[in-house]
Amino acid sequence: MNIASKPETARTPAHSEEHYVVPSVDITETKDEFVLEADMPGVTKNTLEVLLEGSELTIVGRRPAPKTREYLHRESNPAAFRRSFVLDPMIDAGRVTAQIDNGVLCVRLPKADEIKPRRISVTD
Amino acid sequence: MRLIRYSRPETWGWAPTEQLSKLREEIDRLFDAPFADISRMGEFFNGWAPPLDLTEDKDNLVATMEIPGLSKEHLDVTVHEGVLSISGERSESKQDKNAQAHRRERVYGRFHRSISLPKPVNSDSIKAVYRDGILTVTMPKTEEAKPRQIEVSVG
Repeated sequence: MNIASKPETARTPAHSEEHYVVPSVDITETKDEFVLEADMPGVTKNTLEVLLEGSELTIVGRRPAPKTREYLHRESNPAAFRRSFVLDPMIDAGRVTAQIDNGVLCVRLPKADEIKPRRISVTD
Repeated sequence: MRLIRYSRPETWGWAPTEQLSKLREEIDRLFDAPFADISRMGEFFNGWAPPLDLTEDKDNLVATMEIPGLSKEHLDVTVHEGVLSISGERSESKQDKNAQAHRRERVYGRFHRSISLPKPVNSDSIKAVYRDGILTVTMPKTEEAKPRQIEVSVG
């Protein structure tokens, strides 16, 4: 039971010339939901896309084009972030929510009600 | 610690191909951005080394650093004797105690980076802004360090 990251080949169309950066993610599971957190510095609500197609979740975050300044030292990679995941079938796709705060995307993936563990009271 | 990620033994079961695709991602990453990744070798020795850029325009030196998920109270920026130092700490978000981690790729903890400034800056008017996970430090150059156009007069 998990959310699997899709391999690179599957998520970058062959005709695409665009390069992407794979964001680092944490995925945790609680009784009620999965929570996916991704580091996407520089991405805002307006430049973020969260796509859910069937059981596939794709996150794409674009960063504003850097101002034309002279670089004296550079370590950052300006390419857009992109990563796809195959969702666990127990996730209720209709109730998935996403928000981005200080460059960290948080996607909440609730489990469908019928999958949640339920205590059955035993009657006489 | 980017090239070798810790995975919980019990999560190996679900995909040996996953491990391979991770390796592939890392190799792709190396080819996509050789400079960025060589600079990240620092992570092996110093913990977290967020990427730092230094740019210049006519009036300012501008340093930017990608450090998503911090609060500005946990950031410390100093300029002393021509060296800019940025340090801070990212703590893990509060989670349910019973939460099970499936993937932990994000880095937490303290970081400290310094860079020598190639030009003198006016340390009284430095501005630091943290927005969308990026810290931007704008350091006005001193008058002496700015380029000056010299008019040539006919003698």
